[in-house]
Amino acid sequence: MGYDRLTHPLVREGGELRRASWEEALDRAAEGFRRNVARHGPDCFAMLSCARSTNEMNYVGQKFTRVVIGTNNVDSCNRTCHAPSVAGLSAVFGSGGGTSSYQEIEDTDVIVMWGSAARDAHPIFFHHVLKALHKGARMFAVDPRRTGTARWAHRWLGLNVGTDIPLAHAVAREIIHAGLHNEAFIERATVGFEEFRQSVEPWTLQAAEQVTGVPAAAVRELAHAYATADRAQLCWTLGITEHHNATDNVRALINLALLTGHVGRYGSGLSPLRGQNNVQGGGDMGAIPNRLPGFQDILDPGIRARFEAAWGVPIQPRHGLNLTQMLEAMAEGEVTTCYLIGENPVQSEADSLACIKRLSMLDHLVVQDIFLTKTAQMADVVLPAGAAWCESEGTFTNSERRVQRVRKALEPPGEARDDIWILCELARRLGHDWRYDSAEQVWDEVRSLSPAHAGMTYERLERLQGIQWPCPSEDSLEPPFLHGRLWESDPARRGAPAPFAVLRHSPPVDVVDEEYPLRLTTGRRLDSYNTGVQSSGFPSPLRRGETIEMCPEDAEKLGVVAGEEVRITSRRGSVIAPVFIDPALRPGLVFMTMHFPDEVDTNSLTIEATCPIAGTAEFKAAAVRVEKLVAVG
Amino acid sequence: MIPLQPPRRLVDVEIDGRAVRVPEGATILDACRAAGQDVPTLCHGDTLTPKNACRVCVVEVEGARTLAPACSRKAEPGMSVSTGSERARHSRKVVLELLASSADLSTTPRAAEWIEEYGARPDRFGEQAATVEQPAKVDNDLYVRDYAKCILCYKCVDACGDQWQNTFAIAVAGRGFDATISTEFDAPLTDSACVFCGNCVEVCPTGALSFKTEFDMRAEGTWDESRQTRTTTICSYCGVGCNLTLHVQDNKIVKVTSPHDNPVTHGNLCVKGRFGYGYV
Repeated sequence: MGYDRLTHPLVREGGELRRASWEEALDRAAEGFRRNVARHGPDCFAMLSCARSTNEMNYVGQKFTRVVIGTNNVDSCNRTCHAPSVAGLSAVFGSGGGTSSYQEIEDTDVIVMWGSAARDAHPIFFHHVLKALHKGARMFAVDPRRTGTARWAHRWLGLNVGTDIPLAHAVAREIIHAGLHNEAFIERATVGFEEFRQSVEPWTLQAAEQVTGVPAAAVRELAHAYATADRAQLCWTLGITEHHNATDNVRALINLALLTGHVGRYGSGLSPLRGQNNVQGGGDMGAIPNRLPGFQDILDPGIRARFEAAWGVPIQPRHGLNLTQMLEAMAEGEVTTCYLIGENPVQSEADSLACIKRLSMLDHLVVQDIFLTKTAQMADVVLPAGAAWCESEGTFTNSERRVQRVRKALEPPGEARDDIWILCELARRLGHDWRYDSAEQVWDEVRSLSPAHAGMTYERLERLQGIQWPCPSEDSLEPPFLHGRLWESDPARRGAPAPFAVLRHSPPVDVVDEEYPLRLTTGRRLDSYNTGVQSSGFPSPLRRGETIEMCPEDAEKLGVVAGEEVRITSRRGSVIAPVFIDPALRPGLVFMTMHFPDEVDTNSLTIEATCPIAGTAEFKAAAVRVEKLVAVG
Repeated sequence: MIPLQPPRRLVDVEIDGRAVRVPEGATILDACRAAGQDVPTLCHGDTLTPKNACRVCVVEVEGARTLAPACSRKAEPGMSVSTGSERARHSRKVVLELLASSADLSTTPRAAEWIEEYGARPDRFGEQAATVEQPAKVDNDLYVRDYAKCILCYKCVDACGDQWQNTFAIAVAGRGFDATISTEFDAPLTDSACVFCGNCVEVCPTGALSFKTEFDMRAEGTWDESRQTRTTTICSYCGVGCNLTLHVQDNKIVKVTSPHDNPVTHGNLCVKGRFGYGYV
């Protein structure tokens, strides 16, 4: 059951991984980096940092990339989920975090859950939603599937996969035509309204019904409820971001908040729910190619100068490669060595076969993980790490920007070591004598460089049960929501206005046609997680393995019954899985998870069409056909 | 911009002759604790609405005809409360005798101490006294329902129902002494609406609901809380940021709870946070 923990370092010899001492493994890992950087320059190196690990590890990881190697090629798997949320929010507001806190959800009047199966994927967040519902809030669920979230909604808007922008535009148009937009807010705090108004004009309720499949009356109801609420929250998850035009989807939702003034006030805001324990923190710590710690712009010479002074090396004045570009650069031979910390791209990336091919072209691959994952099995050096959340000290940052303390409860197994210790050992071998005696020491360095974290001492984090950023001062706390400045009457304090985005509808890349007549969408189940490496290790009574879920109508049309194994084929791959009948799906829509890649490799079906801005792949929309298996003989 | 709570008035009450000042809306139990008086509770849950089921917390309010449950009765200005009056002590003694004669309180924290303190004699009803004795229900690998220990406090039902989890997998079935906590048609948990969040186990005051790890270790005699450490950290699954308290014995996680006063979780977790630690 499940994977075994890694307990000692491994190195590749004669094509096989064999046990090695730490000394040998670290020397081999460092030597490979040095060899490649000497031959091709620092940009041949790429790091994938771990969204599961602590802020402190992510800080040291990006510092390793920028200082020891000298490149900005550092990214993490936030690319596969919420990078579009960060890109969209920071383009509009200058900051990539969700704008509200969980408590505000309980105190709001209208909640829109857009592409978010939070009941199953974020159950404890959904507790806060349920509190609000019991207090009288109304909830709208926008999702192609009638999810557990939708079952609690006052209205479920079951739109066609990939038609979020038409729906959002129709909502916007209806709000404007009904005169319910917040003219004072638009006038004072936004720019680009006129162009936006024109761009949504074609999206009448009827036009939207045609494209999205949502009845006009339901779209109208959502528009009026959202616009007339005193306080409203717009929450989204991967239903918005795992599309080829994901950043546009996020901008379409932000437009609605700008139109109605539902941002920057207590109870009103925009909440992307993050899929991994520290994907928020990884980005905040600068483990992304375009930001320095504190989410500070790497293109700003003043900010770079501060880091250069603190770190004593020049920082490249340009963006590094993101995960998607790294994989492409591997295929081109431009990235030749890679340091993967706690990431499993072989099984988490769309079009997994292409990913394996690219990783195998590397000259030197180092994987640091707690398991011998499929990705680790391809490595030249495997370094066994501790599990961040219970085997090390540090902090994580959650979806409401709350930085909370992570504490060590267990000793790591065998020779597994702390991530930061490993990074420092490698840095030392590459000429940088780094020494951190504690996670707190790393954190204090972060606080000295990131104004948003400056006031968060470990002592305060402990006493206040976490603190939400920004926290610039040790003596005070900021409000739980962001962007209150937009409501200031003094233009100087109001700062940069928030721009509306003019967007175009772009349907999913993988077209449904006669050969591939079904729309496949993917997601999570309550008791499992991502590629299943962690969650397969406990005996969940709810687990039933991978299935292809379809509605009774489609099953009847195909002549298949529950439990029957069928072949599912897309333009990229083909897998076999048993049928599960789910009346929550609509005809033409089928669903699979990615939790059991060792049995059924769902991501061999998905398409690697990526968002050009954020680099996120369109996991949510593939075209497939489902066929009965023909008995041989 | 943040709506301030209206200022809460303070209420002056007297607990066992000692003046205490508590915010308006506080219960007598809050006032007792502020006064440093220890009042036993079983069905009271710090994250739940008072149910008034067990009556072990009753106190005497001056001028009142009946004893008042401290856990739910609000403190009122000028109230004079006696926690240790003869009448209150006698009532608690009888409640403890009735509970301990019918249910197994061997894993209820502090039960033995209270029985001694109040001079309760659960055996005085004789060997024929009715009990809820029955075999433990072990129908899954995550948690066990040992209803021989159940005192019908309803906390699990409230935690599973509209106060937190909203799953409604369990409710009270039957009437009178035959009332039990049950799934629909008494089906095994695995055939019920249960989503295995364990939020019922979190609030159970007697150990009637316990994690399989704890149940098994108690059975084999290896459960030893004096050798356990408790460390609060953050869950490693989704991005909500739930706080987990890991109970560790011999470098192994043996139980996961969650701090009740935490603003993210309020003591609640999902199946992954509560049970998904098998890999470490």
